[in-house]
Amino acid sequence: MEALLPKAIFVYLAAALVITSILVVTNKNAVHAVLWMLVMFLHQAVLFITLDAEFLAAVQIIVYAGAVLVLFLFVVYMINLRTELKIKNFTVFWPAALFVSVALLILASQALKDFRTPSPVGDMSPAAIAKVGHAKLLGQALFTEHILSFEAVGVLLLVAVLGAVVLTRRIRMRGEGV
Amino acid sequence: MIPVSWYLVLTLFLFAIGAFGFIARRNVIIMLMCIEIMLNAVNVTLVALGRGLEHTTAHVLVFFIIAVAAAEAAIGLALVVLLFKKTREVHMDEFRTLKG
Amino acid sequence: MKYVVWIPLLPLIAATITLLFGRWYIRKRAHWLPCIAVFISFLISFKALLEVIGGARANFDLYSWVVADTFKVAVGFQIDPLSVMMLAMVTFLSFLIHVYSIGYMADDPGYYRFFAYISLFTFSMLMLVSGNNFLQLFFGWEAVGLCSYLLIGFWYQKKSAADAAKKAFIVNRFGDFGFALGVFLVFVTFGTIYYEPVFERVHEIAHATVNLFGHEMLLATLMAVLLFCGAMGKSAQFPLHVWLPDAMEGPTPVSALIHAATMVTAGVFMVCRCHEIFELSNVAMALVAAAGTFTCFMAATIAPTQFDIKRVIAYSTLSQLGYMFMACGVGAFAAGMFHLFTHAFFKALLFLGAGSVMHAMHHAPDPTDMRYMGGLKKYMPITFITFFIASLSISGVPGLAGFFSKDEILWSAFASVYPWGKIVWLVGTLVAGLTAFYSFRVVFMTFFGEFRGKEVLHGHEPHESPKVMTIPLIILAVGAVVTGWIGIPHVLGGENHFAKFMEPVLGHPHFYLPHGWEDKEAILELLLMAVSTAMGLLGIYIAYLVYMKRPELQRLIPERWPRLYRYLYNKWYWDEIYDALIVKPTFFTARAIIQGVLDSIVIEGVVNGVPDLIRRGGENIRRIQNGVVHTYALVMATGAAVVLLLIYLF
Repeated sequence: MEALLPKAIFVYLAAALVITSILVVTNKNAVHAVLWMLVMFLHQAVLFITLDAEFLAAVQIIVYAGAVLVLFLFVVYMINLRTELKIKNFTVFWPAALFVSVALLILASQALKDFRTPSPVGDMSPAAIAKVGHAKLLGQALFTEHILSFEAVGVLLLVAVLGAVVLTRRIRMRGEGV
Repeated sequence: MIPVSWYLVLTLFLFAIGAFGFIARRNVIIMLMCIEIMLNAVNVTLVALGRGLEHTTAHVLVFFIIAVAAAEAAIGLALVVLLFKKTREVHMDEFRTLKG
Repeated sequence: MKYVVWIPLLPLIAATITLLFGRWYIRKRAHWLPCIAVFISFLISFKALLEVIGGARANFDLYSWVVADTFKVAVGFQIDPLSVMMLAMVTFLSFLIHVYSIGYMADDPGYYRFFAYISLFTFSMLMLVSGNNFLQLFFGWEAVGLCSYLLIGFWYQKKSAADAAKKAFIVNRFGDFGFALGVFLVFVTFGTIYYEPVFERVHEIAHATVNLFGHEMLLATLMAVLLFCGAMGKSAQFPLHVWLPDAMEGPTPVSALIHAATMVTAGVFMVCRCHEIFELSNVAMALVAAAGTFTCFMAATIAPTQFDIKRVIAYSTLSQLGYMFMACGVGAFAAGMFHLFTHAFFKALLFLGAGSVMHAMHHAPDPTDMRYMGGLKKYMPITFITFFIASLSISGVPGLAGFFSKDEILWSAFASVYPWGKIVWLVGTLVAGLTAFYSFRVVFMTFFGEFRGKEVLHGHEPHESPKVMTIPLIILAVGAVVTGWIGIPHVLGGENHFAKFMEPVLGHPHFYLPHGWEDKEAILELLLMAVSTAMGLLGIYIAYLVYMKRPELQRLIPERWPRLYRYLYNKWYWDEIYDALIVKPTFFTARAIIQGVLDSIVIEGVVNGVPDLIRRGGENIRRIQNGVVHTYALVMATGAAVVLLLIYLF
């Protein structure tokens, strides 16, 4: 019974993830798709929690579910196409796409047949997580080992913000008011 | 204890679904969302492996991936808005100007 | 004797300078340098001749061109009686013709070009005769062919002249092909192309045989026949005779120099030079005799029908060349060379005289048409007298040059050890009569009777040519008489110096007299001499009868035997036959097959097809990029799947 519960939760979460993602992909209505995606992200966060990655679960919800999806939602409402519901949503060659995805799936899983987990490295044992907390451990690693990448990602985000602003501003002609 | 390989299988499914969606959907916003699905699948793998190997680098990588994905989504959507403003069209297979 | 190098070198230098600078700098004075150069060459040749008569010989290499293991080719000179005689004759005649051309070509815009070309030709001919190896002979052979082309087509804007030049060159080429094969065979057999070793060792191959297309034949036969191909082309023997009459399109001095005295005699020279090879093979000797005899007869039947004065003399040349080969074909090589020598004088004289007449008639639309001439002897006395002397000489009137040389040939033929000698003698004697007939036909039509050309000359009267043209005529007339005196046969009291002089090089013919006549050789010779003289005089008398006394006889043959007349008038239709057999199939092959199939379909197919293929391939591959993002994504995913598949499989 003890061992069954984690498995059951995993199976539920996995199923939910798969089903909601399928729903996202196949939905006619863009808004519905975004909302299903939200559900998917929430389930994913829970999945992270089951993996003792609490901080990442939080980040997932804050950033992905909270910021990215809202951004998507804004854009979807801005581009408010009614016609989306009537015209065809899929490209002409969606059977080919299906076939290729399934093939990828099968082939990759064949590659994973002999997967063996390597031996643990040991800097994030469950005991440590229970004692200190996932966020602290992650923070320690982030600001010592991966400080350079951290700074780079910071710059990346700055660039992204600037880029978004620059791309969508209106070009004014000379002579018009500021 | 759930074997790591189960998570990997889950990842594969999610990735395959995301790939299918990207190739098959016409609406560009849905296509961007499918990209997010694919990225998330990878995140699942990384978190599982981080847990299995007890290695912090994997989770740090997930952190970065989330950051980059957010930035990329922002830029991508900005471009979509710009494109829509110019051409009133969001279906990617209508665009053939790069033909040849 | 190394100074003989200057003999061909001086005309070459003159030709080069005249050609390079003639157009802008020398122009009207272009004749000085070549004339002086050739005259000095003649003086040097004469000196060499005197030395050789005194017994000197020379054989030296000037410049080694190719030295490759056993194969050596050099520019070399062999001075012996045969070559020095040719050197002296060629330079002398060339000089006289250079002088004549000063007057004849005076108003021509291509004045400098003419002198450059005839000097170049003189150089080529001198190299041909003075060489000591086959390759120099071949070089001179080709060079005179080239100069002949340049000179026949001198007035190149005239289509008929350009065509004639091409015809001469191409027909010559046929012969040269065989000749080249002959030279190769000489090299393959003897390992060297120098005359001396080849002719010393020629007896080694006396019985060697070679298998050609399944037939066994003597090696000597094959060699001689191949070499003779070149002689047939160069000396215009049947079947390669067709170019010589057309070559009359060139200026008359050209005809005199090249097609009477020098180039066409190169074939005879070559046969005489290689006589040791020819003597080894009865087949080759028979072939030479046959070609000579047939050409001699054929040309002599065509000549009496032509109205173009130059054409008649051209056919006369063909006929006399036939005589020379007839002599070679019965083993009397010295007799052939003797006739070559005397013929050069009286034939050049005939041509130059004709040129003089044409010069007088040049206002007429066709200055060569004899039907518009007549009675010119009172307008052009010097031309008339010299021409008359030349015609007497060629007809074999006793005492003049032609008599001695022609009779020596006929006697050698009759008494020859070769079985075909009698036939050769018979045809030769008949043709002697024909020769006299058509030669005096020209004399009577042109110089006697009433002048028929008053209308075509628009009232101008013909006049004598300037001294620069008549003086060479006079000199040649003297030659036409006295050149025979060096070969007066024993039977008439002479020493036959010519044959004695040539004997070290050319040997002497072998005689076989019929039963009962062995001790009566002299009587036989005199008898034959009388017969041929009678034929000559008969020919002159008939010409006088037909063209002077009873002109209505002129229409006898055309009316009684029109088909025969037409056959002869149209030159036995050889041009038409060759056109149908060779020219048209060649054009057909070139146009229909080579151009039509190979060129248009195969080569164009490849040259156009390959880029076309690439273009179409490119166009098709281009369609992969259709600008739709989804396609690209699909392809990417497919690629990833394929890679995974490959990894999985292997």
